[in-house]
Amino acid sequence: MASTGSSSSSWSSSNWVMENAATPHVLAVDDNLIDRKLVEKLLRNSSCKVTTAENGPRALEFLGLTDSEQNAMNGRSKVNLVITDYCMPGMTGYELLKKIKESSSMKEVPVVIMSSENIPTRINQCLEEGAQMFMLKPLKQSDVKKLTCQLMN
Amino acid sequence: MDVVTQMQRQLIQYTSSLFQEGFLDDQFNQLQQLQDESNPEFVVEVVTLFFEDAERLLNELSKSLQVEQESIDFRKVDAQVHQLKGSSSSIGAQRVQRVCIAFRNFCEQQNVEGCLKSLQEIKQEYSLVKTKLETLFKMEKQLFAARGSISR
Repeated sequence: MASTGSSSSSWSSSNWVMENAATPHVLAVDDNLIDRKLVEKLLRNSSCKVTTAENGPRALEFLGLTDSEQNAMNGRSKVNLVITDYCMPGMTGYELLKKIKESSSMKEVPVVIMSSENIPTRINQCLEEGAQMFMLKPLKQSDVKKLTCQLMN
Repeated sequence: MDVVTQMQRQLIQYTSSLFQEGFLDDQFNQLQQLQDESNPEFVVEVVTLFFEDAERLLNELSKSLQVEQESIDFRKVDAQVHQLKGSSSSIGAQRVQRVCIAFRNFCEQQNVEGCLKSLQEIKQEYSLVKTKLETLFKMEKQLFAARGSISR
């Protein structure tokens, strides 16, 4: 199911589903402030609109997926891609991925996982749960350009 | 050789030395490439965030390791080092990152002496790279000012 990407720092699944978007709106989730600033700049340089969140629960709030408000249209109209760090205290990126894929309103939105650690079982676990791509940190501009090119086609 | 050319040369040499001595790696280049007219202070901003983050984490690590040896919470220490490793990696502070990796191994082994030694090493490496980067930024600022005063 998982196929290796052309560069050795990312892995993607073969069934890439996304919506057409002239200016993709990306939700970037990372507990590390420096990494948030970096991913935001990388995405903005690739002509994306960016919202950042510092943890899973805040991300779910933004997507309209918290238990208290199951507003079906709220998150859907906003976000074209979620990119999240794997290692976060509380809710991990994997757990966030699961919640997004389990929701009726957001399950079609591609989710990309980033990690500083190259652990094959972790990578496979994420891809099997429906992550579109797994990327190694630190991210480079070329990684993000590749990602957004795929997103905008 | 005019002043601006001389300053340029010094800046290039200084930057080169930081890479050669392993203080910085390619990720720092990536940061510089991200800087543009829409965000001309990007590198300084990110590095400043790193300084603040690192100092906070080093304080927390000192506190975590100051307790009775038997009550050291290695998971907590490891989590803190993991954060510092991430930040240093993201800005290209290679030597700091490397000590973090060794530190994490000591945490896994629950090796108190190793942890204490690593903490000292990280403080040293952090202090070094901070000084070097501050010097680099100062040189850039001076060069920019010198260029500016000539073009008038």
